[in-house]
Amino acid sequence: MTQTMAVAKALNESLRKALENDPKVLIMGEDVGKLGGVFRITDGLHKDFGEGRVIDTPLAESGIVGTAIGLALRGYRPVVEIQFDGFVFPAYDQIVTQLAKMHARALGKIKLPVVIRIPYGGGIGAVEHHSESPEALFAHIPGLKVVSPSNASDAYWMLQQAIECDDPVIFFEPKRRYWDKGEVDVSALPGDLHQAVIAQPGTDVTLAAYGPMVKVCLEAAAAAANEGRSLEVVDLRSLSPIDFDTIQASVRRTGRLVVVHEAPVFYGAGAEIAARIAERCFYHLEAPVLRVGGFHAPYPPARLEEEYLPGLDRVLDAVDRALAY
Amino acid sequence: MSVKSTAAGGAPAKGRGRTTRAAVAKRGSGEPGLVQLLTPEGERVEHDDYAIDLTPEELRGLYRDMVLTRRFDAEAITLQRQGELGLWASLLGQEAAQIGSGRATRPDDYVFPTYREHGVAWTRDVDPLNLLGMFRGVNHGGWDPNENNFQLYTIVIGSQTLHATGYAMGVAKDGADAAVIAYFGDGASSQGDVAEAFTFAAVYNAPVVFFCQNNQWAISEPTEKQSRVPIYQRAAGFGFPGVRVDGNDVLAVLAVTRAALDHARSGQGPMLVEAFTYRMGAHTTTDDPTRYRRDEEREEWASKDPIARLKTYLEREGIADEAFYAEIDAESDALAKRVREGVRNMPNPGTMAIFENVYADGSALVDEERAQFAAYLESFDTGDTTVGSTVGTGH
Repeated sequence: MTQTMAVAKALNESLRKALENDPKVLIMGEDVGKLGGVFRITDGLHKDFGEGRVIDTPLAESGIVGTAIGLALRGYRPVVEIQFDGFVFPAYDQIVTQLAKMHARALGKIKLPVVIRIPYGGGIGAVEHHSESPEALFAHIPGLKVVSPSNASDAYWMLQQAIECDDPVIFFEPKRRYWDKGEVDVSALPGDLHQAVIAQPGTDVTLAAYGPMVKVCLEAAAAAANEGRSLEVVDLRSLSPIDFDTIQASVRRTGRLVVVHEAPVFYGAGAEIAARIAERCFYHLEAPVLRVGGFHAPYPPARLEEEYLPGLDRVLDAVDRALAY
Repeated sequence: MSVKSTAAGGAPAKGRGRTTRAAVAKRGSGEPGLVQLLTPEGERVEHDDYAIDLTPEELRGLYRDMVLTRRFDAEAITLQRQGELGLWASLLGQEAAQIGSGRATRPDDYVFPTYREHGVAWTRDVDPLNLLGMFRGVNHGGWDPNENNFQLYTIVIGSQTLHATGYAMGVAKDGADAAVIAYFGDGASSQGDVAEAFTFAAVYNAPVVFFCQNNQWAISEPTEKQSRVPIYQRAAGFGFPGVRVDGNDVLAVLAVTRAALDHARSGQGPMLVEAFTYRMGAHTTTDDPTRYRRDEEREEWASKDPIARLKTYLEREGIADEAFYAEIDAESDALAKRVREGVRNMPNPGTMAIFENVYADGSALVDEERAQFAAYLESFDTGDTTVGSTVGTGH
């Protein structure tokens, strides 16, 4: 049963289904109730499920995550919304020192099924602290799972899978893709939450991306096709764990890899992928793994973000450099 | 049978009328608003709001709890000095605060401790050896919190107050007749998480008791460096009641905490209890309190010792005899021996435990690293077949 819907609507429908399927699922966050969230991802849920299930919280991020931990210990499955990427840091301590470690500290006796939804990334002309990509900071932490959908179908399915997961999942939503529409088969069986997929097959260069950059890479592949170049696009979907097998298989076919993300390149997800793929595919690589991403600078004011964010040209430039070896 | 307050001069049964709060304050430590039922001299007094009526058996039980907890603590310090534990956070001096509050909880209540609540753990029937695993370095917690409704020790200051609040929100959602108690110290009262926990608990009317053991020192920082008002008064700003109790008076702590838990259980929301007490020892075994506090201060608090004052009362009232004390001594020795041997025989975790329980649902990344490390270890070909299981038995 396929429907066309925007990413935001797919997330909303996903939350609705999770609330319907499991009475232990709770939605928590600032403005998630009557307003339906600043991006309206929780629109209508407060009305239909009540304030006992869709909980408007005080304006305190550490409190939101800390109490969600307590609710999870009591047997609930809280889905927490952090309003914007840059606001997750007051909760970072609770996520890193508590949420990520409790299962291990209790020798596996307790589970922490908490999902933290974070609208992330730039491209919407926002003010400071509203456009950042802090995913590597979370992927670096053992005990957390980190995922990011790039399209409506994944938004719908991956969020439900994250909620069903017994581990804490940091769910990064590409906010500038909220309004992109796509096909969602609500009756299909979803794939593995942590498996990468080939979004576009190709033979010359592999582009690995996730979240908001998958669309840019698909556009780059289309543009390159006009020049007779065949780019393969891998949508990672999951950043912790990362499905290195799928990237490896792709790179063995193409011999070249360019990793693309919005986050600063320095110490970013691309560094991890480049290192692992260099190790796994040393004799198959025709060129060093290249990275395209943000700079080692604060996310710039909105008037400069188009220069900062990797676009078609920067991705194709990296492809040119990879092919020049 | 009641043994109520004969030493205080035959106060009325309900504890009304005779000893006012002001009178208690005058007679007690000089701290305003301090609830006290047993003076440092071991005299039973009454309080308008917090009456308690305990049987001789219950009184002897509180004494036993405090003595055994102190002995356990002393043994742990010794074990640390002997190199058997990497660190120890002593509760010396805080036995009444912990035993009184712990004994006020019911089995279906839930406790969120810091890393010093050895006495509270005792009241929850947590095996004392479980508490030592993290200090010996064989685990980071190591017990099932749901077995005794006693959460893992929390080292990051104040974090657990939010977990307790969330848990209490869940208790309220479930319509359960239970309460939650969150322990923290005076230093933690400066943490944002504690303020956020107060906010959430108040807003959601969560059945949680915030139990602050004000032991006067956050490592070397005195309480004056944490707060310009008495800590219990902070509750008012969040919209729930706060009370300060003599934390070295096990009867008062029991009475006040019981009332606070009843308050929470009956749907009236959170309450803050400040147990005014003193850390007689160092913050942990790595600390040196002689650098920052005066001997006179410790001596002054030693005269308010929680165990000595209860013993005075028990003897005055003829509630315990020599046979009882001899029995407790023997029990203490047995406990110390069990702890000492238990620690020395505590198995080190198997090497591959590093990779266990990182995730509940597993992770390909952990699987890959586990396999690589196992292959690396096997490459030594030492004939050691114990990789992945318990290696050695320590010393």
